[in-house]
Amino acid sequence: MKRRVVVTGMGIWSCLGKNIDEVEASLRAGRSGIGLDSERLEYGYQSGLTGIVERPVLKGILDRRSRIGLSEEAEFAYMATRQALEQAKIDDSYLDNNEIGVIFGNDSSAKPVVEAANIMAEKHDSALLGSGLIFQSMNSTVNMNLSTIFRFKGVNFTISAACASGSHSIGLGYMMIKQGLQDMVVAGGAQEVNYYSMATFDALNAFSRRMDQPALASRPFDADRDGLIPSGGAAALVLEEYEHAKARGAVILGEIAGYGFSSNGGGISSASDEGSVIAMQRALDDAGVTADDIDYINAHATSTPQGDLFEAKALQRLFGGRHALVSSTKSMTGHECWMAGASEMVYTLIMMNRGFAAPNINLDNPIEEVRTLNMVTATTEADIKTALSNSFGFGGTNSALIVKKTE
Amino acid sequence: MTRQEIEQNVTDFLIDDLEIDSDAITADAKLKDDLGIDSLDFVDIVVIVEKRFGFKIKPEEMAGVVTYSDFCDYIEKKLS
Repeated sequence: MKRRVVVTGMGIWSCLGKNIDEVEASLRAGRSGIGLDSERLEYGYQSGLTGIVERPVLKGILDRRSRIGLSEEAEFAYMATRQALEQAKIDDSYLDNNEIGVIFGNDSSAKPVVEAANIMAEKHDSALLGSGLIFQSMNSTVNMNLSTIFRFKGVNFTISAACASGSHSIGLGYMMIKQGLQDMVVAGGAQEVNYYSMATFDALNAFSRRMDQPALASRPFDADRDGLIPSGGAAALVLEEYEHAKARGAVILGEIAGYGFSSNGGGISSASDEGSVIAMQRALDDAGVTADDIDYINAHATSTPQGDLFEAKALQRLFGGRHALVSSTKSMTGHECWMAGASEMVYTLIMMNRGFAAPNINLDNPIEEVRTLNMVTATTEADIKTALSNSFGFGGTNSALIVKKTE
Repeated sequence: MTRQEIEQNVTDFLIDDLEIDSDAITADAKLKDDLGIDSLDFVDIVVIVEKRFGFKIKPEEMAGVVTYSDFCDYIEKKLS
């Protein structure tokens, strides 16, 4: 019998809010979470724009040993995972007596690496680094900490796939369950926001310079876009086999119905409509749906000149003239990078469960290539039954996920 | 630094940095068994002692250090 994969819990910690309700309010209001960080300019960034994400206070929630191994993005991931497990009604007793996997998307942990290098440069003695930095500095920092804190006993690894990391993590979790290897997997994505983490990306002149108007800076598909705004936080989803979820009385938030992937096969930072189309078509085929079935598309579009243009071309090829509503929530969040694919699945599920499509804000002057698409420029009440979420990354990695409402 | 100051300093970091319950900290308390200090905590104690007392602990010198009192003796000896 075909095994279906559903979502039974989700959590979010982002510049739009620190829980599902806060984020819903921001999405509905079309509220930007972007601000100007003057420390970045002092540090030497060309753009000081960033998503403004609050750091959680974990003292009193987690003991010292659990806290000191947590990188910034792992702290965000801990908060998101707590929410997701709580919504899925997974308590300590369940964790102790059942096998749950964890697959998170993460592709950097710069701050502890820089801090360790600074201590070594000053002290020339690794004995003075302490015990926490090693567990903070590895890309798998999120997985190793969450699996320890929550006593996860199933699959446990990190997906590093640039800005598609979070999406691929859901895709891999979906495949693990679909193939009968796991019944439950926590999948997600995490992204650090400290100023050490994004200087190398800023070096590529990829960030918007609209520093006098932070809320207007991220404008995917708009002719006047001038670059992305880095952002971060974490998102987590409890993926579960359908019969397993039903048997334990879990509330089903949606079904991950399809996963598609591809690689552009050239150009480390080049966009490609062809690669995107292959990933999207593969996801549609996997879900057993057609382009006509898609009610909403959460576009990858980050507000860069080239990336948005090629995604628009790809969307036009598959969805031009069809009914799907399209928006890029990055217009509000900025680019949540390693986390984006997971957070955008959470944003999409919020819209699906609460009956609206969030706007692509700042779309004042749409580019020609989106004119055959139904761009959502203002919050729209909508019954989204089937949605597509795109994520693309450096090296030409593409991921597309299809999520369906379960009746 | 007097013996009393050393003890106060050690007690402070055990409570503030290692978050050990103050009630558990007695002269005879065993660092490992009673205060729950494990090998990873000792890695952090090296850093804390260097900051607070200005010298670096050598692991081989810690062989006979079992209790809180032993540890204060060790620091007192290193500072003398």
